[in-house]
Amino acid sequence: MELATKTQNTDTMCKNTEHLSGAEILIRSLIEEQVDNIFGYTGGAIMPVYDALYDHQDELQHYQARHEQGATHAAQAYARISKKPGVCFTTSGPGATNVLTGLADAYLDSTPLVIITGQVPSGFLGSDAFQETNMIGLSMPVTKWNFQITKAEEIAEVMAKAFYIARSGRPGPVLIDITKDAQITTTDYKYKKCENVRSYQPMPDLDMSQVEAAAALINGAKKPLLLAGQGILLSGAEKELMEFVEKTQIPVACTLLGLSSFPTDHPLYTGMLGMHGNYGPNMNTNKCDVLIAVGMRFDDRVTGNTAKYAKQAKIVHIDIDRSEHNKNIKVDVPLLADAKQALSELNKLVSGAEKPEWMQSFKDYYQLEFDKVIKKQAYSDKEKINMAEVVRTVSEQTNGEAILCSDVGQNQMASARYYKFKKPNTQITSGGLGTMGFGLPAAIGAQIGDKDAKVVSISGDGGFQMTLQELAMIRQYNLPVKTIVLNNSFLGMVRQWQDLFFEQRFSCTKLDNPDFVKIVEGYGIQAKRVSKREDLDAAINEMLESPNAYFLEVVVETESNVLPMIAPGAAVSEMRLE
Amino acid sequence: MKEYTITVFSENNIGLLNEVTIVLSRRKINIESLTVSESEVKGVSRYTIVVYMDESKVENVVLQIEKIIGVFKAIYFEAEEIVHQEVALFKIANSDKLNGNLEALVRNHGAKILTVSPTFLVIERVGYKADNQELFHELEQYGVLQFARSGRVAVSTSQKDFTSYLKELAEAS
Ligand SMILES: Cc1ncc(C[n+]2csc(CCOP(=O)(O)OP(=O)(O)O)c2C)c(N)n1
Ligand SMILES: [Mg+2]
Repeated sequence: MELATKTQNTDTMCKNTEHLSGAEILIRSLIEEQVDNIFGYTGGAIMPVYDALYDHQDELQHYQARHEQGATHAAQAYARISKKPGVCFTTSGPGATNVLTGLADAYLDSTPLVIITGQVPSGFLGSDAFQETNMIGLSMPVTKWNFQITKAEEIAEVMAKAFYIARSGRPGPVLIDITKDAQITTTDYKYKKCENVRSYQPMPDLDMSQVEAAAALINGAKKPLLLAGQGILLSGAEKELMEFVEKTQIPVACTLLGLSSFPTDHPLYTGMLGMHGNYGPNMNTNKCDVLIAVGMRFDDRVTGNTAKYAKQAKIVHIDIDRSEHNKNIKVDVPLLADAKQALSELNKLVSGAEKPEWMQSFKDYYQLEFDKVIKKQAYSDKEKINMAEVVRTVSEQTNGEAILCSDVGQNQMASARYYKFKKPNTQITSGGLGTMGFGLPAAIGAQIGDKDAKVVSISGDGGFQMTLQELAMIRQYNLPVKTIVLNNSFLGMVRQWQDLFFEQRFSCTKLDNPDFVKIVEGYGIQAKRVSKREDLDAAINEMLESPNAYFLEVVVETESNVLPMIAPGAAVSEMRLE
Repeated sequence: MKEYTITVFSENNIGLLNEVTIVLSRRKINIESLTVSESEVKGVSRYTIVVYMDESKVENVVLQIEKIIGVFKAIYFEAEEIVHQEVALFKIANSDKLNGNLEALVRNHGAKILTVSPTFLVIERVGYKADNQELFHELEQYGVLQFARSGRVAVSTSQKDFTSYLKELAEAS
């Protein structure tokens, strides 16, 4: 009798648990977490995982980057477009250290990633073994969480925790370092999703009295301004934002990462904030009476001199991360919640009339900016093409509905300023870290995240050369990514600062570039160069109409500076137009 | 710059101390003293960190520590909000020259002799850092072989009941 019960118990146990290798458990954990695409690069310490992947190729598509940094940026854009954590595999040592830039970028821009790095066998830890790097120590300052797995038994639970942490609350990158022996040893496997971590509160309780205080400020405002940050896109609060804005008739300005959270053709849209943003929203930041900051963190590129930032205004700050409240700017009403929750609660309490005079002041500022800057750049009559007109043309021809992935530098600011975003979540760029080389791999990840989307990548000649090896992914996986390089033969943004603040001493910013068209053709991708204005429209049209990948180099003016500009140390209201 | 005592409650996990100190070191805040050991709840560590820093930054530093996954709570206190002590141990060579004066000195400072061996004796004092330091200076005439002191440990004077709070946390897991 006793014996019978025992066998029965073992039987039921066998049904629920399986005996598998650590590598197999890792792969199955990914499948449990609905992962279907992985970016990575193999090597000795991760080989058992790649071997296990071999049996699951119908469930998990692996995209082989040509550099681990490229894999991380592709995973970042994939995460932002698909709204699922981006996953990467790399080997130990150099493979692992190559992900640090992507981790730092994802950490600053709150992008959910789960990066799995191989590690030397646990017996070798601390011995300076071949390709051993202390990835936990190295990645600690740039990850939301990290963990080193040394036993196969830990894998399922740690993976569940990794995904839970990466995507919940304020999202962020997680690094899991897994020793080779843990990948090889076998153990019982059973997957259980993680639903809480006792020292972590991703969704804090929203204080309703603060919501009421915020609503009172908003309802009493005569000259309010709403700052829309990436938190709106991360929490999927575009509808709530629209409802809020239409109820209250409050004008909206976007941060760089907030672009596309609100349609640019809406009458209450006033432009982009910050150093190279639009004149009106920057000037009026120092004139408004109530500032409602939603899912943004008062980055110094947005605030300029904080001692002269919106001192006249009452400030409501919606952020899910408590440590962002009062960090850079003292606020009057902090709301601890994600944008979606806070806006839907506020929507029950707010209302407001049209504010024609206040709106007119934005229009007047826009007219000034148009006359002094936009007309000259986006509708240039100089001999050489201006970056701004390239972006404007792409914007017009795509109706602002493509996914735009920009790099860093003047090309990024031109993209942000002149692309008229119409659809939510259609901009991918490196905000907090400003990582040159981000754009191209990001476009690849974005295309994988949305196979049907039109994805356009805009880079400078400098940044393009930092990750151009990823063109091989475009070719290998037949991705119809459209890549534009705005070639000004300079590290343009640095040149601009040398021009404005370093007495035109152009130290080490001129680029002696290779023949980009030839290089791209070498990757088997159709490529073209334009340098004349009269050819631009047709060239962009040909690129956009192509069903395949396409590369377009546009030779642009070198001397052009991105304007307007808030000089370093200046107040937002001291923005210069020329 | 002001002195703050930061109390942190966290999981007893590998690497957490490193994560906590990164928040301070990236801002170039020096740690004056640091004590970590198990709190009244099994598996939960209690840190007492003493720092000098800018008043305007301390709240954010504490929130950034609290944000670390594995940290339950981080709180900062000013001097008058806590009761605190340090432990100091002094090792002195034993010799014929030690006379009744040493015993009187030890007694007057509220210290005590922990161990006496033919070659050395060990004196212990629990108290404020400055008072322990003063005893050190007075003992120097006898030849101090070693002087070791702990970091600060502190409890707050406020009503807050951490014990039940931590127990609730531990039970919730
Ligand atoms: C990896 C990296 N290195 C250096 C910088 C500093 N930086 C910012 S913009 C810029 C110039 C970018 O030149 P290019 O890619 O040609 O773009 P442009 O400004 O000319 O449009 C540099 C060097 C950076 N942001 N990232
Ligand atoms: Mg350039």
